[in-house]
Amino acid sequence: MTQPKLDLSPKVSDEVRKTTCYMCACRCGINVHMKDGKVAYIEGNRDHPVNQGVLCAKGSAGIMQHNAPSRLRAPLKRVGPRGSGEFEEISWDEAYDIAASWLAPIREDNPSKLAFFTGRDQSQSFTSMWAQGFGTPNYAAHGGFCSVNMAAAGIYTMGGAFWEFGQPDWDRTKMFMIFGVAEDHDSNPIKIGLGKLKARGAKVIGVNPIRSGYNAVADEWVGINPGTDGLFILSLVHELIKSGHVDLQYLSLFTNAPALVNEDQNSEDYGLLLRDTDDKLMVMDRRTGQPAPFDRKGVVPDLAGTWHDNGTTHRSVFQLMAEQYLDPQYAPENVAEKTGIAADRIRRIAAELADVAFNQAIELDLTWTDFRGETHDKMIGRPVSFHAMRGISAHSNGFQTCRALHLLQIILGSVEVPGGFRFKPPYPKPPEAHPRPHAKPKPGAPLNGPHLGFVHGPDDLALDENGTPARIDKAFSWENPMSVHGLMHMVISNAHAGDPYKIDTLFMYMANMSWNSSMNTGGVMEMLTDTDENGDYVIPHIIYSDAYSSEMVAYADLILPDTTYLERHDCISLLDRPICEADAAADAIRWPVVEPDRDVKGFQSALCDLGAKLGLPGFVNEDGSQKYADYADYIIKHERRPGVGPLMGFRGNGDETGRGAPNMNQIDRYIENGGFAMAHIAEEHQFYKPWNMGYQDWAVKLGIYDAPQPYVFNLWSEPMRRFQLAAEGIGTRQPPEHLRQRIKDTMVPLPIWYSPNEAENRADDYPITALTQRPMAMYHSWGTQNAWLRQIHGRNPLYVSRKVWEENGFSDGDWAKVTSPHGEIVVPVALQAALNDNTVWTWNAIGKRKGAWALDEDAPEATKGFLLNHLIHELLPPKGDGLRWSNSDPITGQAAWFDLRVRVEKAPAPADAQSQPSLPPIKSPVGSGPKALAWKVGK
Amino acid sequence: MTTLPQSTERKLGLVIDLDTCVGCHACVVSCKGWNTENYGAPLSDQDAYGGNPSGTFLNRVHSYEIQPEQGLAQTIHFPKSCLHCEDAPCVTVCPTGASYKRVEDGIVLVNESDCIGCGLCAWACPYGARELDQKEGVMKKCTLCVDRIYNNNLPEEDRVPACVRTCPAGARHFGDLGDPDSDVSRLVAERDGMDLMPEQGTKPVNKYLPPRPKDEEAIDVLAPFLEPVAEEPKGFLGWLDKTLEKL
Repeated sequence: MTQPKLDLSPKVSDEVRKTTCYMCACRCGINVHMKDGKVAYIEGNRDHPVNQGVLCAKGSAGIMQHNAPSRLRAPLKRVGPRGSGEFEEISWDEAYDIAASWLAPIREDNPSKLAFFTGRDQSQSFTSMWAQGFGTPNYAAHGGFCSVNMAAAGIYTMGGAFWEFGQPDWDRTKMFMIFGVAEDHDSNPIKIGLGKLKARGAKVIGVNPIRSGYNAVADEWVGINPGTDGLFILSLVHELIKSGHVDLQYLSLFTNAPALVNEDQNSEDYGLLLRDTDDKLMVMDRRTGQPAPFDRKGVVPDLAGTWHDNGTTHRSVFQLMAEQYLDPQYAPENVAEKTGIAADRIRRIAAELADVAFNQAIELDLTWTDFRGETHDKMIGRPVSFHAMRGISAHSNGFQTCRALHLLQIILGSVEVPGGFRFKPPYPKPPEAHPRPHAKPKPGAPLNGPHLGFVHGPDDLALDENGTPARIDKAFSWENPMSVHGLMHMVISNAHAGDPYKIDTLFMYMANMSWNSSMNTGGVMEMLTDTDENGDYVIPHIIYSDAYSSEMVAYADLILPDTTYLERHDCISLLDRPICEADAAADAIRWPVVEPDRDVKGFQSALCDLGAKLGLPGFVNEDGSQKYADYADYIIKHERRPGVGPLMGFRGNGDETGRGAPNMNQIDRYIENGGFAMAHIAEEHQFYKPWNMGYQDWAVKLGIYDAPQPYVFNLWSEPMRRFQLAAEGIGTRQPPEHLRQRIKDTMVPLPIWYSPNEAENRADDYPITALTQRPMAMYHSWGTQNAWLRQIHGRNPLYVSRKVWEENGFSDGDWAKVTSPHGEIVVPVALQAALNDNTVWTWNAIGKRKGAWALDEDAPEATKGFLLNHLIHELLPPKGDGLRWSNSDPITGQAAWFDLRVRVEKAPAPADAQSQPSLPPIKSPVGSGPKALAWKVGK
Repeated sequence: MTTLPQSTERKLGLVIDLDTCVGCHACVVSCKGWNTENYGAPLSDQDAYGGNPSGTFLNRVHSYEIQPEQGLAQTIHFPKSCLHCEDAPCVTVCPTGASYKRVEDGIVLVNESDCIGCGLCAWACPYGARELDQKEGVMKKCTLCVDRIYNNNLPEEDRVPACVRTCPAGARHFGDLGDPDSDVSRLVAERDGMDLMPEQGTKPVNKYLPPRPKDEEAIDVLAPFLEPVAEEPKGFLGWLDKTLEKL
């Protein structure tokens, strides 16, 4: 028999266009294969630092996102009541006229009347500049409801955190522990890294109540009780300190462990660190027995130092650490019950960490000079590494838990060393190198400085002259002083309540606030549609920008339609969240590999137009004409500081990196280079970066900062102690009485663990913790409109443990009523054996509102799919004091999604066999999608 | 009835590492993208935005739970596509000769122009690795990206199946399993690679590397529980002082 003759070398495509993915937030490089001017196939870019050629399911399905029937087609003006989804298409000119008719008067009167919040925005350095020009203090992106605890704890403690801030040294680490991860964060790099560890048999420990994804391949799974990670970590710290397995040399040279704490209870500096007259941190010098500035050449900082001065005793931070963590409350046998981890297992994991860090240390023969001027002829590596994300941060004890994890990394000496955890430029960067928050509006004028930043004590809070919060989300107030990313989840609730004040216009981008991005989804829909005694909406105007027909579209008055990610310009900028690796700075662009076939515009380009129409500083020339034609024009021409702009590559005449004059051909050069630019760090400068003067000088040359910024890690957090000191009655700026005790209890300068809000006193009525996870093949609500991805994750049962399954006598196909202090839902259940006994969970944001995302109304996402959000209130249950207590971490305002406690009971299947609550459909502004697909372009 | 070749010059296939696969479905979608645009008819989707979406995929990932007699339950991600069997029952059952196994590399393919969509091959395959495309009415299956692996229009490093090129964790390997010295054959030997359902007698070319043992209390005997340096906090400070002196 003869075989058919095949063409084994068919033409693959007419052209490959290289840009940056946006199917999730990871910013991988992609090769877009074009045929006949259309997108034919998408694969990973092998040269790209983030994904090195590989690509996840989302990225490969980009073609279905780009062609999704849910794409908005033109600006929309609401013609029916809010929430109905009834719109008419209008021109961009009319859209801008409407927006300006709302925004221009409030800017002249009181810019705070605008609340401008962007969601999963990768252009925050640009959108914040727009908001600053407008003059409103009310700006932030989605960090507050995402993982701000991780970012804030990392920067306050060690000048950087996980994911875009840093990464394990995948090529050298010998043991890796991963805590509570959202699998869409740093998705491909973590998988690439795990693959490397697996290939050489390095041990992976997964700490997570749920054994899926990375925890499924982990060599050891620790199915911890949710919200107790901090206690487990501090028990490991207890074991390590008790046995002397701490890197004393590292702690003395590179952290504030030898700094001297004022122990005089009557001093205004009680609990603060001893400083000289130049405000420089002091340590005891073991050579002289005298205090000395921490950074003096030759100083040997004494971890055991004590200094008596005029009756005041100062003791080293390390002595206080030893006292705190040697306490039996952290002994394994005393945390076993709360954490659900046997004492011997905690002891064994501590012993393994110690063994790998100290007995299997590695050395690199690289010479480097530290900030004290000392030259070292080798680099010592402690090859244990860690990663964590939302699972530990989305609790009301998350900030302290994240701090505890960094404490563990640091006492092992495993940060910024070979085999450990490494920062990625522009990090490391100490908290002092970040701006402080600014929130002083003035009619008709720009804001007095950047909105978001790092507070160092009560003086930096964003309060008005009466002491009330200056921001609509109450960020940087006594309720959550270190809310470095704002509190997007409180904006609508506070605006509706008029607490601290009422607003006029709510302007949002890429945030599905009437659905999966809000707590209390049903309540938020009511707030958005609520009217006052005159019949006017309580929130008078809502402008929203999205590329797709999301649930939030129906709740806006004016829609500015965005493009898909393949139709737009973007910069993945060093001013923002770049794509750097531990051994290189890198940034990237998106560019229109295809032009839109609809009357849509990149949101940032629309802001250039609208900013000019409103005459905002930064958006108009001196003669009042429009400064930036579009976002691409801004990317090329804008200078944040002289010579430093949104993109670092190909500046000046095209040969300059980091600093240089704007280059009108810059974007073309990026396109020629595969969509990104890279600047490598010399080998001897790739580790010890916070202290390595070679790195510091390189960072200055590149424009990351203007002068070297060496610093030591803050195991003892002075900013936290300053708030605690205020709560103890010291200082002129005092917290309100109702918050005093909470600040004392939570803003403790060394990491602690406390029980999360909702777990307190509720164990009897609500014994189960309910969580969500994000599937690797979906990104929030976006994946559902994707014909390929929704076939992978189109349903989301409530997964229950065997214990819950058996207690309720569940069998396949059953339904459960799930009740929280706030509400109830009725949903399908499924058994998962590899799950913590007292935990239930479901996939995040699979459930959809009927009529949204161009799906048919009988789509399983809209019938069986559900959200846990209905069970989570943005406020804690009333305490009888008339106050609105936010369901957030009291330190940072991080939304405490994972504090949710529920009761699970078997329930009859709903009569309509649909998950409850079942909401009425909204009218789709784009119709629904085609029945069948067979997507082939070209011949 | 269609005959199989007596032997093939090479045995190209996949080695899939179940110890490393995180179940991310990257291979599933990359395969769908490449094979929609390339070999044969596009992989269609029915009711794509409706109540019962269902499309053709050449590769799917299934997830299973295992409850060992002792210890914690485990989750296994199991990617599955055609295993390019040496004794492929899907070929011998084909009434038109559309299904065949290539002599030069052992790849099992469907010649779509001869396929009548009768579905016998899908019944014969014990692995459920073939899917009838509902729009085109022809049988679809993994081609091992036969239009990539020899394609002179692709850079040499890209001449691997789309699923292998895209796998983020590096859990998929491609090569000649007929050559005992190939990287894939060595990997199979080192990691005790296994056949899927060998009792079916199909002699699959693709191999699976089993998950390594998990959750073992496998602490190195050289690193027993940590010994306290002192029983009292005061004793700890004494140890600290002594140790700092030695630094």
